[in-house]
Amino acid sequence: MSFLDLKNVTKIYPNGTKAVHETSLSVDEGEFMVFVGPSGCGKSTLLRMVAGLEDITEGDINLDGQLINEVDPSERDVAMVFQNYALYPHMNVYNNLAYGLKNRGIDKETIEQKVNDAAKLLQISDFLQRKPSMLSGGQRQRVAMGRAIVRNPKIFLFDEPLSNLDAKLRIQMRLEIKKLQQKVGVTSIFVTHDQVEAMTLADRLAVINNGIIEQLGTPIEIYNNPESLFVAGFIGSPQMNFLDANLNNKTLSAENFEIKNIDSDYNGEVTLGIRPEHLIESENGLINLKVELVEQLGSDNLVYGQIKNIKDFCYRSPGNQTIKRGDTLSLNIEENKYYIFDKSTGKRVN
Amino acid sequence: MTRLITSGFSHFILFIGILIMIVPVWMIFASSTHTGLTINTHGLQMFLGDSFYENYMRVLLYQGGFFKEITALKMFLNSFIMATGVAILSVITSLMAAYALVYYRTKYATLLFWIIFVTILVPLELRIFPTYSVMAELNLVNSYFGLIVPISASAIATLFFRQFYKTVPDELLESAKLDGANTWRFFVDFLVPLSKTMIVAMLIFMFVFGYNQYLWPLLVTSSEQYWTVVMGLKMMSGSIVHRFAFVMMSMVPPILIIIVLQKHFIKGVFQDK
Repeated sequence: MSFLDLKNVTKIYPNGTKAVHETSLSVDEGEFMVFVGPSGCGKSTLLRMVAGLEDITEGDINLDGQLINEVDPSERDVAMVFQNYALYPHMNVYNNLAYGLKNRGIDKETIEQKVNDAAKLLQISDFLQRKPSMLSGGQRQRVAMGRAIVRNPKIFLFDEPLSNLDAKLRIQMRLEIKKLQQKVGVTSIFVTHDQVEAMTLADRLAVINNGIIEQLGTPIEIYNNPESLFVAGFIGSPQMNFLDANLNNKTLSAENFEIKNIDSDYNGEVTLGIRPEHLIESENGLINLKVELVEQLGSDNLVYGQIKNIKDFCYRSPGNQTIKRGDTLSLNIEENKYYIFDKSTGKRVN
Repeated sequence: MTRLITSGFSHFILFIGILIMIVPVWMIFASSTHTGLTINTHGLQMFLGDSFYENYMRVLLYQGGFFKEITALKMFLNSFIMATGVAILSVITSLMAAYALVYYRTKYATLLFWIIFVTILVPLELRIFPTYSVMAELNLVNSYFGLIVPISASAIATLFFRQFYKTVPDELLESAKLDGANTWRFFVDFLVPLSKTMIVAMLIFMFVFGYNQYLWPLLVTSSEQYWTVVMGLKMMSGSIVHRFAFVMMSMVPPILIIIVLQKHFIKGVFQDK
C-alpha cells in the first residue's frame, strides 16, 4: 500500500450534485502530486476530503496505513496552505507559526526552535514580530508555507496557493515551493487550474474534469500522450489545434489534406489534434496557413491564422523568423506528432 | 468668496445647534454652584457661583429616601454595579449566542436568530409583570442579581456579533481546525480577540443601557439600599440646587466611559474589523 491511498472516493453534496466520482489514486511517500483542472471540476473538493474539511460520501482514504475517513482534521496530521493564506490576522508571524504546535502541547523551547528553523528556511526571520496585515503578498505566502512546514506533517496540501500573487512572484514562488518540497521531502498534493504550474511542479499529475480523473501520469507522459480530447486541450500552451476530420481505412481526411497509413482501426468522425510546436515549415506542406496575427515572444513567435474555414489555427515558429500578416505559410506536421480522438467520446484512437 | 460665505453660514448653523445642546446643561451646572436662595430669588444662573463644594458634598453624603437610608454615593455604587453587570453579562451571552448561531449549522439557526431578533420589538415594559413574578418566585427581588440578570440578554448585541462572525472567512476556521483547535479554542483564540473592538463598543452600549434603566429597578427593588441613580433623580427631594448637582453628577459616569473608550467605540461600530 502506498502512503496515501484513495479508494473509490465519492462526494455527493446534499443537493444531489456529484462533485467527485468514484476516484482511486495512490500517492507515494515524498511524491509531489498535482491535481489540475478547470474551476469547478472537483479538484479542491478531493483535496479537502483528504484534509478532512469535507465529508466523504463513499470510499476510503488511507494515510500512512491508517484509515482516516472518520478522523477529525485536527488529528490527521496534515497541513494545508489556502488560496487566501488564511493567516491569523490578530497574531504576529511567530504566533501564526507556533499556534499549531502549542495546540499539540509541545514545550516552549522546542516551539521556539522549530519556528526559528522554519523562519530561517523561508527567510521570514525578520518579520516574526509583525502582524500579517503588515506583510506583502509574497511574505504572507511564505508565512502560510511556514505554518505548514513547522508542524512537520505527514502531508502538505496546497489549495491554489499562488493564484493571489502577481505573475512574476508566482513564478518565483513556484520555484521555491518545488525546491522546498525537494529539501523537506514531504509528500504533497497541489491543486491548481494553471497547467504551467502543474507541469512545472508535479512529479505526477492528475488531470481532473467533471469530478473524474481523466489521466494520471508524469507531466511529460501527459503532454506526449494525452488520452482524451480534454487532456489534450488542457495541457500545453498555447493550446493544441483541433480540426474536424474523417478516418476511414487508416486514412485521415481533413478539410483539405489527407494523412495515410494511420495506426488505428477506428472508422468514423474524428477530431485531429496538432500542437503548435509540432508544425514545421516546408515546401508543398500539408497545410496552408493564411497569417492573421503574429505574437512575437522573442524566443519564438506565435502565428495565428486561417486554414480554409478553420480560424485561429496556431503555429509556433522560431523567433528569428519574420512573418507578416497576410503571408501564406506552407506547414507540415512532424512525424507522428498528431493525435486523433473519437469525436463523440473524446477518447484517443491512434 | 462665495465658498467662504457658504462655509461661514454652515458653521453658523452648526454653532447654533451646539448652543442649543450645551446651554441648558451649562445653566444647570452654573446654577448648581449657587445657593438655593440665589436661584429662588434671581432665577437660573449663567455664571459660576461659589457653593460648588458645599452643594455637591451635601448631595453625595445626604441620607435620603423615605427611611433616610440611602446616600447619592450609594446610588452611584448601585448604578455602577448594575450597569457593569448588565454590560459584561450581555456581552458574554451575545458572543456565545452569535457563535452558536453562525458556527453550529443547524437547520434552525436562521429561524432561531429571527426569534431572538424579534425580541427587539418586545420592550421590557411589555414583559415586566411576568419577569417580575419570575424574580419574585426565585426570591431575587431586592438583590443585584435581580437587577442585572433579567435585562442581560441583548438581541442587538447578538445581531452585531452575528453579522461580524459572518464576515470571518471560513478558511480561518478550517485552518485553525487543521492546527488542532477545537470548538472552544477557536472561540477563545480567534473570535474573541478578533471582535475585541466590537466587544468594547458593546460594553459601552450596554453599560449606558443598564445605567439608564428606570422602570425595572423601580419595580424589583423595594429596599432603598438598591436604589440607582436614575431612580434617585425622581426620588430626590430638597433644594433645587441639590437636585441640579445630582443631575450633573448622574451624567458623569456614562460620559466618562464614552470618553475613555471612544476610540474603540468608533472603530467597533463603524468598521467591522
